[in-house]
Amino acid sequence: MTSNTTLLRWGLYGILILFALFYLLPLFVMLTTSLKSLEEIRTGSLLALPRAITFQPWLEAWSTACAGTQCEGLRPFFWNSVLMAVPAVMISTVVGALNGYVFAQWRFPGANLFFAAILFGCFIPFQVVLMPMARMLGLMGLAGTIPGLIFVHVIYGIGFTTLFFRNYYVTIPQELVRAAKVDGAGFFRIFWSIFLPISLPIITVSVIWQFTQIWNDFLFGVSFSGPGSQPVTVALNNIVNSTTGVKAYNVDMAAAIIAALPTLLVYVVAGKYFIRGLTAGSVKG
Amino acid sequence: MEWLERNVPKLVLAPSFVAILVFVYGFIAWTAWISLTKSKLMPRYEIDGLGQYTRLFAAPRWDVAMNNLYIFGALFIIISMLIGLMLAIFLDQKIRAEGVLRTIYLYPMALSLIVTGTAWKWILNPGLGIQDMMRDWGFANFTFDWLIRPEMAIYTVVIAAVWQASGFVMALFLAGLRSVDTEIIRAAQVDGIPTRRIYTAIIIPTMAPIFLSAFIVLAHLAIKAFDLVIALTNGGPGYATDLPATYMYAMAFSRGDLGQAAASAMIMMMVIFAIVVPYLYSELRPRRDQ
Repeated sequence: MTSNTTLLRWGLYGILILFALFYLLPLFVMLTTSLKSLEEIRTGSLLALPRAITFQPWLEAWSTACAGTQCEGLRPFFWNSVLMAVPAVMISTVVGALNGYVFAQWRFPGANLFFAAILFGCFIPFQVVLMPMARMLGLMGLAGTIPGLIFVHVIYGIGFTTLFFRNYYVTIPQELVRAAKVDGAGFFRIFWSIFLPISLPIITVSVIWQFTQIWNDFLFGVSFSGPGSQPVTVALNNIVNSTTGVKAYNVDMAAAIIAALPTLLVYVVAGKYFIRGLTAGSVKG
Repeated sequence: MEWLERNVPKLVLAPSFVAILVFVYGFIAWTAWISLTKSKLMPRYEIDGLGQYTRLFAAPRWDVAMNNLYIFGALFIIISMLIGLMLAIFLDQKIRAEGVLRTIYLYPMALSLIVTGTAWKWILNPGLGIQDMMRDWGFANFTFDWLIRPEMAIYTVVIAAVWQASGFVMALFLAGLRSVDTEIIRAAQVDGIPTRRIYTAIIIPTMAPIFLSAFIVLAHLAIKAFDLVIALTNGGPGYATDLPATYMYAMAFSRGDLGQAAASAMIMMMVIFAIVVPYLYSELRPRRDQ
């Protein structure tokens, strides 16, 4: 009986570790490949550790690799993504916080219907807005620019941020707001002195969710950016599919890791909040 | 001034209201309208009926895309759910280093699908990837060239997508397992009911809503799948791994066929809504009663 359960435990750990290896495999392969020379890639094996570590591929991926006809590496595109993500995350979080505050604490006739309409908007496939948005950005003079991308990410991010904050603030008793109103505090005053101070966890969830979404976005990036405003995901895809010169797999892998680093870092540092965002986005909060 | 005071909440919502109205619902209406016209390279606004949809359903490439969606969607959802459930149940057995394992299982979800596609494209590359490795190890006839075989390439998309999302399903299920009333489980254990029966008869049935959530999320991901296909196979070989999203994109931005792009986007939306609307409806109802 006891030896049977021990065997079972070993099997359990065996399977769990096997799956851990499965999830780690691509990261491992990316990392080792990015540190090998092309010669070693051709002669060696996929899973082999690099015999002579080289950082050349990383340097190339960062500053000289060709994305299409532009051979400046990922660097300019990485900064494009930063310039796009930071304002878009901030704006959509602020708007979401205020919206959520209204929906949770300042209900008015029709608010429920509007909330449902916002929620609905979270689920649409973006293909259905892609063409009119392209025309609209053109009309606004924002086609192929970073402000255009910020605009798009804010518009389609509001749904989720509103949902996060609404579900967080709805747990706060309405008597609190009522009492503050009796004391003469207004809308913004109540938000500023009662709601904002307790909002750190949900702000973190919202910021991390939006940052991950926007940094990792490809569809909007590839549809609405121009040569000078492409985000890092689009540039990565262009580098990998670039046909100029010898296929440099090590550079591709280094570029992939560079593109993944910011969100990976966020995950490692604040994984708890990342998971909360994921589950709040899928299950009702 | 008093009016302003009273209407501040509405004024705060107003910009979002206008934005959602125009950029979500107005745009959907525009796309729906275009799907009913003869628009080609430029939008035309005279209604022409369902011609675009007839053309769409007759197009072999769309047929491939829809077939791929069924294959990819079904396998992706089923395999991710099975792996997710299994890992969640196993992790729930008072495992040492659970936190570390959970972190490892879930990190792919933080990656861009372009990164995932790039990595798997390299691993599955027949010349230098797994196939080459196995041959080096002495399995001279080992063949794993799905990536370049038109009839098999869609399964490589399944592999990469499952790799990315199954850890997330695990997290959903694990949260569900942890929320099951421990009193009931303890009572069952006292009664000497075997662990496997406790899972199949008590725990899993109470997790039905989580199965539904996981299904909705995965189905949603499957229908919207775009980045991964672009990075992994770019829809190829030929258009063997096209999905509705890549079809729509090709029509809109490289083929210059707005009518077909609009019609395919509308079909995508209808498929998603057929799945999501009943779910959202059931989610919103009890709230209204609160």
